[in-house]
Amino acid sequence: MLIYADNAATTKMSRTAIDAMLPYMETYYGNPSSLHTVGQQAAEALQKARETAAACLGCQPREITFTSGGSEADNQAIVSAARIGARKGKKHIISTAFEHHAVLHTLKKLENEGYEVQLLDVGPTGTVTAQQVADAIREDTCLVTIMYANNEIGSIMPIPEIGAVCQEKGVLFHTDAVQAAGHLHIDVKAQHIDMLSLSAHKFHGPKGVGLLYARQGIPLTNIIEGGAQERGKRAGTENIAGIVSMAAALKEACDHIDENAVKVSALRDKLIAGLSAIPHAALNGDPVNRLPGNVNFCFEGIEGESILLLLDAKGICASSGSACTSGSLDPSHVLLAIGRPHEVAHGSLRLSLCEWNTEEEVDYMLQVIPEVVAYLRSMSPVWKELVSGKRQFML
Amino acid sequence: MALYTDMVMDHFMHPRNVGEIPNADGVGEVGNAKCGDIMKMYLKIKDNVIEDAKFETFGCGSAIASSSMATELIKGKTIDEALAVTNKQVVEALGGLPAYKLHCSVLAEESIKSAVKNYYDRNNIPYDKSKFPDCDDCEACRMV
Repeated sequence: MLIYADNAATTKMSRTAIDAMLPYMETYYGNPSSLHTVGQQAAEALQKARETAAACLGCQPREITFTSGGSEADNQAIVSAARIGARKGKKHIISTAFEHHAVLHTLKKLENEGYEVQLLDVGPTGTVTAQQVADAIREDTCLVTIMYANNEIGSIMPIPEIGAVCQEKGVLFHTDAVQAAGHLHIDVKAQHIDMLSLSAHKFHGPKGVGLLYARQGIPLTNIIEGGAQERGKRAGTENIAGIVSMAAALKEACDHIDENAVKVSALRDKLIAGLSAIPHAALNGDPVNRLPGNVNFCFEGIEGESILLLLDAKGICASSGSACTSGSLDPSHVLLAIGRPHEVAHGSLRLSLCEWNTEEEVDYMLQVIPEVVAYLRSMSPVWKELVSGKRQFML
Repeated sequence: MALYTDMVMDHFMHPRNVGEIPNADGVGEVGNAKCGDIMKMYLKIKDNVIEDAKFETFGCGSAIASSSMATELIKGKTIDEALAVTNKQVVEALGGLPAYKLHCSVLAEESIKSAVKNYYDRNNIPYDKSKFPDCDDCEACRMV
């Protein structure tokens, strides 16, 4: 049995997404910039994909720029807003401490260039409020960039409220919606979103393709210079097969968004309830406003990578915010941001589900995970000290 | 998983000598939970020979495998032979470790030394202090 519970890392492609891309490899393989028929067929497909994606997000097709993925879209959105701000002497940027590194590292680069970056506290459940954003906005704020939902712990931010605050104050608002797109209802106009990034492979589309929505009138700064593709804002021959496939996957995800959410969140809740029975374990992230597929726990006294290796041996694919999976000494910046101590953050496990997971799989995971935790605790000197009272339990 | 060699996986999945030795003659602990690795080594020593070695480890796959291998390398050896075991030998015996996991092998070496030092201290046996690690400033933590 192979149980794939790492859908926040990437998803298996859907049949729809695969079928959508094949003709653009085999038959309509032209370059959309070419004048001839084969090229123009590709150009037509590109336009259709743009219309489909725009309809899913509630924007105009011309407001979509196709990119190589979520990271590129994040980079371009943030750099664009920063350049617009600089022209008006505004160099203050508001974000959160638990953004994806595509955002945090771009902000770090801007900080080195003289921008002032303010990272909002995300609190113990990993959320920010619109009030926090309102309080942080200054005269010289040029951008608020806050993720739609957190990739590790699944907390969903109050995006429409934050968007409304930004609109009222006249500050550009970007959201990294990589984990949300195809899973949560997004309407960029109704939710007052100026810029949004998404990535195809998080909703059964292909890897290496994503998009940036930028409200009409927001001038984008190029990250990739070259030809005049994407209205001159993103050079390079378009990844037609990937783009067409992404549009098909996004449409399919959005068409089934409610039924998928009902099914997946029921599986999620069963997992959370079952894992909560393990002593000295704690759920990470917002228990209510939570991505339908996200389960993230800390287990005291053990280390995350060893949990993953044992689960892998039992056919369960999961992930961890453990330092040992990343090659650095520090565990997940997300878990540290919500206040988990280093010792506890090392012992984290993320299971991320999709609509193809089953209740049988959840039952199997609920049988295996407590055994793995108990086994690792049995050989852990930290656990022994916790149990004997020499060390204080934190969870 | 291709991250680790078969030998590392074998020692991780089926660790040798896990547990505590009651009334051990020497006990050493290195690492700290904040950094994500703690190794505790128990030694039974008779006539200068390590009759038994057991370990308990909080840490990743390579930390557990390194501890397991370290106990195998020192069982039946004299104290001097055990003290001569290097992290490099642990790595070689495991068929290699990824570069960013080498600190686990250093911890394994230091856990042996720490347990022997504890044995010396208990029995008032004189030794060269400079040859033993000080875990508050140990090499493993600096390597990461």
